[in-house]
Amino acid sequence: MKQIIEVNNLNFGYNDSLILKDISFSVDKGDFLGLIGANGSGKSTLVKLLLKILTPLSGEIMLLGENISRFKQWDKIGYVSQKANSFNSSFPATVEEIVTANLFSKIGLFKLPKKHHKEQVYHALELVGMQDYGKKLIGNLSGGQQQRVFIARVLVSEPEIMFLDEPTVGIDAKSEEAVYCLLARLNQELGLTIIMVTHDISAITIHANKLICLGENGLFIHDPKEGITAAFASELYGYGVNLHSHDCKNCLREVTKC
Amino acid sequence: MLEIFQYDFMQKAFITGILIAIITPCIGVVVVLKRLSMIGDSLSHNSLAGVAAGLAFGLNPILGAVLFSIAAAFGIDRVRKSFPRYSEIAIAVIMSTGIGLAGILSGFVKNSANFNSFLFGSIVAISDFELYLVIGLSAIVILAVIFLFKELFYITFDEEAARLAGIPIKSINFVFTLLTAVTISVSARTVGTLVISSLMVLPVATAMQIAKSYKQTVVFAVIFALIFTLSGLSISYYADFKPGGTIVLVGILTLICVLIYKNVLSKAIVKRAIRCHNHN
Repeated sequence: MKQIIEVNNLNFGYNDSLILKDISFSVDKGDFLGLIGANGSGKSTLVKLLLKILTPLSGEIMLLGENISRFKQWDKIGYVSQKANSFNSSFPATVEEIVTANLFSKIGLFKLPKKHHKEQVYHALELVGMQDYGKKLIGNLSGGQQQRVFIARVLVSEPEIMFLDEPTVGIDAKSEEAVYCLLARLNQELGLTIIMVTHDISAITIHANKLICLGENGLFIHDPKEGITAAFASELYGYGVNLHSHDCKNCLREVTKC
Repeated sequence: MLEIFQYDFMQKAFITGILIAIITPCIGVVVVLKRLSMIGDSLSHNSLAGVAAGLAFGLNPILGAVLFSIAAAFGIDRVRKSFPRYSEIAIAVIMSTGIGLAGILSGFVKNSANFNSFLFGSIVAISDFELYLVIGLSAIVILAVIFLFKELFYITFDEEAARLAGIPIKSINFVFTLLTAVTISVSARTVGTLVISSLMVLPVATAMQIAKSYKQTVVFAVIFALIFTLSGLSISYYADFKPGGTIVLVGILTLICVLIYKNVLSKAIVKRAIRCHNHN
């Protein structure tokens, strides 16, 4: 399988403390990768390094076969940040305007969107089941619906890799399950590579095919098929963790149907 | 022809008023939605220092305002980098600088009546050169806002995502800073430096009460700004009021009316929903 992300001997820290020490791993095309670990273990930092929002102290990151320092194909990378959950909900923007904004690389500087761009926007909204909400103000939608819109915003530019940083924070359990189902479907249907930071160990174990665990002892890769026990999670997080299993029957049916 | 338009100075006042009413809310939408409403006050106080410098040293006061305002805008950007989580500190520091400079430089101005006319605006004081300057700079601002519409929208909504989408954030923020500074300084003569930031915020605040999209917010804000400016200029002509203050007070009254209307309307909707619920 084609490697689309390669990280070699990566080091990063703030001030005097190293948060990520000698990290190496790779991601294959079509992977659904879960990134888990305690708060402050460096999950979001790692994602920001992979997105060039932060610069590593040392080490090498290869994105789509190119060194990140020279990487230009950002339209092939999608990112749903933690901030997407905490945006200004009174911002007067419609769903259509928000999703269209991410077509910048296809529309170009100083140009206005055309009819076929609008069709692309509604196709992306259809993929997340939000095609009837194009004219609605983003602030008038529920948390789960907003999250779907932010995923559509990423999908509209037809990325090869989608990063999500705790996309289910602040939404109810039903909407959370719907987001996981949607991601699993996009991964299977479109072959989209997904890298997702989450604290929901049970749900990510069901959907991901690879887990990267960040703990006090550094990074290690875990096969979700082997499952995660409470003892394993407690060791990773550094304190007692109880795992609650997810009822993903509907979700699995939806994935199978695809 | 209406009596008001028989005078050359009123024709100039209306032309500059219309242009200012178009450009200020276009910039104001981004400023308000980025939650930087006070930036207008900061830049206008610096443009006042520019006016004082211009009058004191024999330069055109509007040109002085443009130069000082641009310098202040970049000053805010620079100071903000030192206080990344407290952008209001940068605005306050640069505003204090502007007030200090304006206070000292105004002492060198011989014609204090001319300087005072910049505080609350003056419809009789617009020269031909200033009219052409306003027309030229307004054309640049309008074209830039049209061609950078989608980029400014995305940067305002989510700067991080906009960068990932390939938008040249630094260049566009640079251009926007220039546009803001230019807009504030060219408005100084008609509306006045002390009230220009209100004209950036009031039409946008009113438009946000009724708009159903970002595009509508911009269009409604321009319409409201035109209503405030044209009615404010007319009232100030007939009642012999200062134009800047009149324009702003018309804006405040309109905002209050829209807020009351919205409040009454939402209460009526709730009452109707309760009636329908009880009926069923």
